[in-house]
Amino acid sequence: MANPLDYLKETASQTAGPYVHIGLVPSDTGIEIYDHELGRDITGPNATGERIRVEGRVLDGNGAALKDVLIEVWQANAEGVYAHPENSGTVEDGFRGWGRVIADFDSGEWSFETVKPGGVPGRSGSRQAPHINLWIVARGINIGLNTRLYFDDEGTANAADPVLGRVDPPHRRDTLIATRDDSGAMPVYRFDIRLQGDGETVFFDI
Amino acid sequence: MKTPAEFYMRDRSIHPPAYAPAYKTSVARSPNQALISLENTVSEITGPRFGHGDIAEGDNDLLTNYAAAGESAIGERIILHGRVLDENAKPVRNTLVEVWQANAGGRYRHKKDTYLAPMDPNFGGCGRTLTDDEGYYFFRTVKPGAYPWPNQVNNWRPAHVHFSVFGTAFAQRLITQCYFEGDPLIPICPIVQTIPDPAAIDRLTARLDMNATIPFDAIAYRFDIVLRGRRSTLFENRLEGN
Repeated sequence: MANPLDYLKETASQTAGPYVHIGLVPSDTGIEIYDHELGRDITGPNATGERIRVEGRVLDGNGAALKDVLIEVWQANAEGVYAHPENSGTVEDGFRGWGRVIADFDSGEWSFETVKPGGVPGRSGSRQAPHINLWIVARGINIGLNTRLYFDDEGTANAADPVLGRVDPPHRRDTLIATRDDSGAMPVYRFDIRLQGDGETVFFDI
Repeated sequence: MKTPAEFYMRDRSIHPPAYAPAYKTSVARSPNQALISLENTVSEITGPRFGHGDIAEGDNDLLTNYAAAGESAIGERIILHGRVLDENAKPVRNTLVEVWQANAGGRYRHKKDTYLAPMDPNFGGCGRTLTDDEGYYFFRTVKPGAYPWPNQVNNWRPAHVHFSVFGTAFAQRLITQCYFEGDPLIPICPIVQTIPDPAAIDRLTARLDMNATIPFDAIAYRFDIVLRGRRSTLFENRLEGN
């Protein structure tokens, strides 16, 4: 018998279920336990860069909006720096780049406010276009779904982005690109996520 | 010089597939297309970090964190504890662990839960903590009750506690459920059985831990969690390489 390897096995995922809010955003269900709820403020007060709002829905294979979905957001600051020690560079005091967003219980619409991130380094000297990493969990989702939001006003950077470039057929790249609307006081990027079927969003195995 | 680099490829054979038709809600919520495989970049090897300023003492005590002064939740008092490790068996330190669960009767404090079992006015149902330098965490709580759910007409969830764990990178993010040794509902639960590997289900099942049980106070169950581990790059760090 060969020399055994002693790696442990990753713990298996299970669905977050319909009551994920109790655990991760308890005050949204009326449970006031924590002094300080996590993920409510992505940027902090000192972040520089363009303030934007992102909004959308998560749609199932029947086109119905998920009203029980929770999305986690992970992004760099406007200079393209993540709030993490393995990233070179510093972020503004109070900038975390991480947030939690839930769909409205009645409409399924969700939104968050943040700053538009800068581009970040890619592998082997490449450059990634500005993007926001999203992780989607809900009842009926057995293992969290990873996707990315890119920006439709970053055409040049998007065209050179090595991750978008991996998506084949190329028309599926459009599912990762949010659409800017400048008609209001704050720029809004619209980003609907389709879990299944026509226009299915690209999800990544990271 | 060994430099931490990419995370090990996720072994999808131990995770439930997106489409698991016996769990009916997964049918319309599962992507049809294959996931696009992505070699890790800085976006995946980084992730949110948490500190003691983020949480408060007592957040990990579900017996009392929602209870009126001097009171506590009703039910079988338990300690649920263990370590968060990575696939290299290294402790994952200072990482946020969050839990949520039904009360001892099997009822969640949520407007969408209409089960007959009564609410417990002293039980909220959530807790959180940070692992210590050994990756160790613990919660005090009540053992949750089993409850019925709409899937087939007579499906019951085994007693379970939901866990959310971060690690140090967005690539390690994990939500799962912890079950309890000896529960006869485990092998017939459509959600548990979305997991194709029986050994992976065993690893989700907390074990009675008499050594950690506190006499005349609380029964202990042990639940260790394993997050993805990282490669060490021996000669060249291609991830950062120019």
